[in-house]
Amino acid sequence: MPGWPENRTHIGSHARRVDGPAKVTGAAKYASDVQPEGWLYGMILRSRWPKARILSINIEKAKQVPGIKAVILVREGERIVRYYGEELAAVAGTTKQACLDALRAIEVRARELPFVVNEEDAREEDSPRVWDESPNLSRARDESRGDVDKAFSEAAVVVEGNFSTSVQIHHPLETHGNTVLWADDGITCWASTQGITSVRNGLAGALSVPQSQVRVICEYMGGGFGAKLGFGVEGALAARLSREAKAPVKLMLTRFDQSLAVGNRPSTFQKIRLGAASDGTLLAYELDNYGTAGIGAGGATEGGSGDVRIPAPYIYQVPNVRARQASVAVNAGSARAFRAPSHPPASFGMESIMDELAVKLNMDPLELRILNNKPTSPNAGDALVRQIREKEFLLGAERFGWKQKYKKPGSSPGPIKTGVGCAAATWGGGGRGTRAEAQINPDGTVEIRCGTQDLGTGTKTVIAVIAADIFGLKPEQIQVRVGDTNFPPSGGSGGSTTAASVSPAIYDVCTKALGQLQQQTGVADARGANWAAACKKLGVDPLVVQGQWQQGLSSSGAAGVQFAEVEVDTETGFVRLKKILCVQDCGLVVSKLTAESQVNGGIIMGIGYALYEGRVMDRNTGVVLNPNFETYKLPGIADIPEIEIILLDMPERGVIGIGEPVTIPTAAAIANAVANAIGVRVNSLPITPEKVLAALGKVTTA
Amino acid sequence: MSESSSKEGFAVSRRSFLKTFGTTAAAAATAQVETIAAELQQANAERVVGPGAVPITLQINGKAVKLELEPRVTLLDALRNHLSYTGAKEVCDRATCGACTVLVDDQPVYACSMLAIEAQGKAITTVEGLAENGRLSPVQEAFVDQDALMCGYCTPGFVMSVTALLKRNPKPTAEDVKHACAGNLCRCGTQPRILQAALKAAGVQTASKTEVISYARLA
Repeated sequence: MPGWPENRTHIGSHARRVDGPAKVTGAAKYASDVQPEGWLYGMILRSRWPKARILSINIEKAKQVPGIKAVILVREGERIVRYYGEELAAVAGTTKQACLDALRAIEVRARELPFVVNEEDAREEDSPRVWDESPNLSRARDESRGDVDKAFSEAAVVVEGNFSTSVQIHHPLETHGNTVLWADDGITCWASTQGITSVRNGLAGALSVPQSQVRVICEYMGGGFGAKLGFGVEGALAARLSREAKAPVKLMLTRFDQSLAVGNRPSTFQKIRLGAASDGTLLAYELDNYGTAGIGAGGATEGGSGDVRIPAPYIYQVPNVRARQASVAVNAGSARAFRAPSHPPASFGMESIMDELAVKLNMDPLELRILNNKPTSPNAGDALVRQIREKEFLLGAERFGWKQKYKKPGSSPGPIKTGVGCAAATWGGGGRGTRAEAQINPDGTVEIRCGTQDLGTGTKTVIAVIAADIFGLKPEQIQVRVGDTNFPPSGGSGGSTTAASVSPAIYDVCTKALGQLQQQTGVADARGANWAAACKKLGVDPLVVQGQWQQGLSSSGAAGVQFAEVEVDTETGFVRLKKILCVQDCGLVVSKLTAESQVNGGIIMGIGYALYEGRVMDRNTGVVLNPNFETYKLPGIADIPEIEIILLDMPERGVIGIGEPVTIPTAAAIANAVANAIGVRVNSLPITPEKVLAALGKVTTA
Repeated sequence: MSESSSKEGFAVSRRSFLKTFGTTAAAAATAQVETIAAELQQANAERVVGPGAVPITLQINGKAVKLELEPRVTLLDALRNHLSYTGAKEVCDRATCGACTVLVDDQPVYACSMLAIEAQGKAITTVEGLAENGRLSPVQEAFVDQDALMCGYCTPGFVMSVTALLKRNPKPTAEDVKHACAGNLCRCGTQPRILQAALKAAGVQTASKTEVISYARLA
């Protein structure tokens, strides 16, 4: 079995991001930036009704607007729309102004239908149905093992609580969208996507075009976080507009559109009961959970994984378990996979109840976690991850100063109270089939082609440092080309699988290419100083070699722990973060700089989930009330505390993805720190000042 | 979009609204500010433009660029969609995210919230105009060095905000940087490293708390 080289120069180094210069100069061209000749601007008309029967749509006046080249309907004839923001029609024109005028000129006749947008309302028997054929509340999925009732009756301590999390919107800064040219010889689509191949296959299927005639390009993309795995209604509309207008069409969603229609993290309402022996050993766990994925539910969401159900119990070992989970449909945009789907809400519920248990047992919450993290199953992979997690807890506690900082809840003096909390993560992040191609040119230049995509995670840099190490070159000497369906295929970038999928394929292709170069040119060691001379011996034709993902260079299963320190103003309810410390394993650290950036990113997204973010629906009108950044708050630079990152390097495990585990425990650690500071728990995310004051009894509950 | 629905409430058009309420209100307002209105009318008489396209000249990165634009076209729209300066990004289009930040006479400005015609006669600098002869500016260099970018979509806006800050305050504190970047959003989470990059570009020493530890050597 192959293994990573012992001597690594660029792998694991501080090597710079290879596309950094393009991104700081504006030279990087995103799907929203490309300007194929004669391109038109595209926009979508959306439903302003949460539920309605669309009787007719008149587009004749819109077609007459000067500059408009195409106006199309999403669907002909009468139809039902089920949420505020569902797509009705699309226009393409020479300017944005023409498109805006055309959207206003479209006449829609609709009959309003009863709707429901609030989870609790939607569960009622007499609630309006989102789908006529089935009740809003899905049948609960039951899971159980052991004898839960007996275990609860024997437990020395039982705690229970209700924990809720809000619908979170992905909000990548580049909105969903594409620039598409549908010409006689096929479709070229510049997509902002996490999966060029799935976009190609999806467009081909939706538009009845052979896959061989669809090319998808994504050289740069402005963030996805799970919401950009499919081609989307907007992709098909852009293609249809292009065919109609006989010109390329750029159709990027507006920020308003982005808030309604292209995915979110489902809400959860978790009722949890946890029983333990007097020494803290967990005995029994019970969960009742429901939440909404909008009009979608479970696997019905685009890209899957927009499931309401959470892993239960999360991380900690409990022998007797009963979990009932159901989704409730509401008239709102469908959920989609969102960075570590299901894990952050699971972490919030479980880690919260663990702290409640620790308080009741008068035990250090960290010790309670370590005690119940012990491996119990014979599964070697699970045992290793638990062993890593325990070491991370111990190392993190030492660096954080946990023993000095952890005090009895609410015991710090004065109106501004400090508190600390901790929480843990678990994630797969393994790799799978990827192919790549290396081209070595006679002038010594190297091109690596791989049909993956770099979401800003650093995939191109990962490829460059691996190739550089194998060839004895510098990362800047490697021309990395990704994001084109003409290149050998890799999978979609989801589930933190990209680094673990791509790295072994690059190792394989570069090792093979080096071997062939040496064999073909007779140079015994073509690396480093001998590179140029060896390549020159190639003659006229470049050397082109293909390789693929190999077993043994990556693995699956990451742990990760985080510690948070907060200050809570008990007079204003305002939470100020002082520090987050993260200890994270990811197998072999391939690119130190970009891996650390990923950790910052996960933590900061977790800060948003903890303190600021939540979609707000109006119960009376069914609209999204915060479809912009004034009212849907993202963390800003001043909200970010000191972040300390410790990466554990484990080359023997090979490459493991890091993007998702690092966002899982942040909100739970912050929530525990807030509870530790003020002595009462805010059991609902986001933890707004209003909820803090309500928990303190200073205002009536919202 | 003009729409009708079976509920009559939606059917009020802008025209009928103005007919009912607007004229009365407008008359009252005009009476109150009659003098000012008259002055404005006179002042604007020779400069009324639109609604059709009008000739516009913009000074972008030291070059004069001539365009025919409707007066309602924003500077961002002009740069991105009528020209090829796509470094400034459209993210919110309502002055909340800073991804479209450009310099107008060295001041950071949200290009989505300034009309192109208003930018005439002023020196506009976009992110494409910072590097000289292919050499990155000190701010750009620091962003790359500190990895102050991920997907890169917010990056041009942050680069421009930090560039403007260093022009007016060459030795900023961390608080100064946070203040200068308070109007820029990032979803990937590059903020800690933007802070470091800004300070590094200003020659201020910073220490980042990151470490890689070999698991094998852990007790």
